[in-house]
Amino acid sequence: MKMQGTEKSEQGTDRIELLLRKTIPPVGEGHEPPHDLWPALQARLSAEPPHPARLPSVPWFDWALAACLALFALLFPAAVPMLLYYL
Amino acid sequence: MASGIQMGALQEHSREELEHFRSGDEAAFEALFRRHQRAVFGWILRIVRDPGTAEDLTMETFLHIHRARLRFDPARDFEPWARRIATHAAVDWLRARRPETPMPDEYLAEVASPPEPDPALTAETRRGVLLALGRLPPRLRVAALLAVVEERPHKEVASALGITTAAVKLRVFRAMRRLRTDLEQQGIKP
Repeated sequence: MKMQGTEKSEQGTDRIELLLRKTIPPVGEGHEPPHDLWPALQARLSAEPPHPARLPSVPWFDWALAACLALFALLFPAAVPMLLYYL
Repeated sequence: MASGIQMGALQEHSREELEHFRSGDEAAFEALFRRHQRAVFGWILRIVRDPGTAEDLTMETFLHIHRARLRFDPARDFEPWARRIATHAAVDWLRARRPETPMPDEYLAEVASPPEPDPALTAETRRGVLLALGRLPPRLRVAALLAVVEERPHKEVASALGITTAAVKLRVFRAMRRLRTDLEQQGIKP
């Protein structure tokens, strides 16, 4: 019974796929921009402010953790060897 | 053997070019742009189905590629990476459009060869299908357009969308189910 339901559903899906293909023609291969896009792209690149390629940013939480550790090390220097031991 | 050596040299050159692109060399970027702009434009056109928009999004894609060059691994292929960025740009464009915008019927004739006339397919059904497709969420619409209309391999669609092949199949299935429900609500029996 369940099998019949699945088959019916698949048939319905196939019908929709067929209808979609009949309604919308595929764009297919071989299309290219109507003109050379490089000059416009180059103009946009040079108009952009100097944009150093960004390195992956560090989340604020990591910075806060590092600051806390540094503060802890300053306040309790004797605890540093113990901290290193457990790292 | 000779062709094998040539191929190796070509790949090495290509790898070197990719390294130059990554380090910000404009000539290397131009070479990559000229080699891949057609493929990127064609891919975007399959999703947005409007040549003007595809042109703008091709530029956006290459701007993004230029900005993100440090994240590119020269050991990998450039084209799948570019295609993924292009797909994201096209999906973002679809999301930004007014919801329930029917698929642009007038563009279809401009970019694609018209389908074989089917006497059983009425103008009303055609309009209904385009309207229903326009109502699909962009992520489902893109999967349906690429996998069903354009008949691209599921693996290629998965790579472009950054999802698994199984997820593509699921999206296509959901898209077809939603289309059927929408058409039934419009009084069109598929």
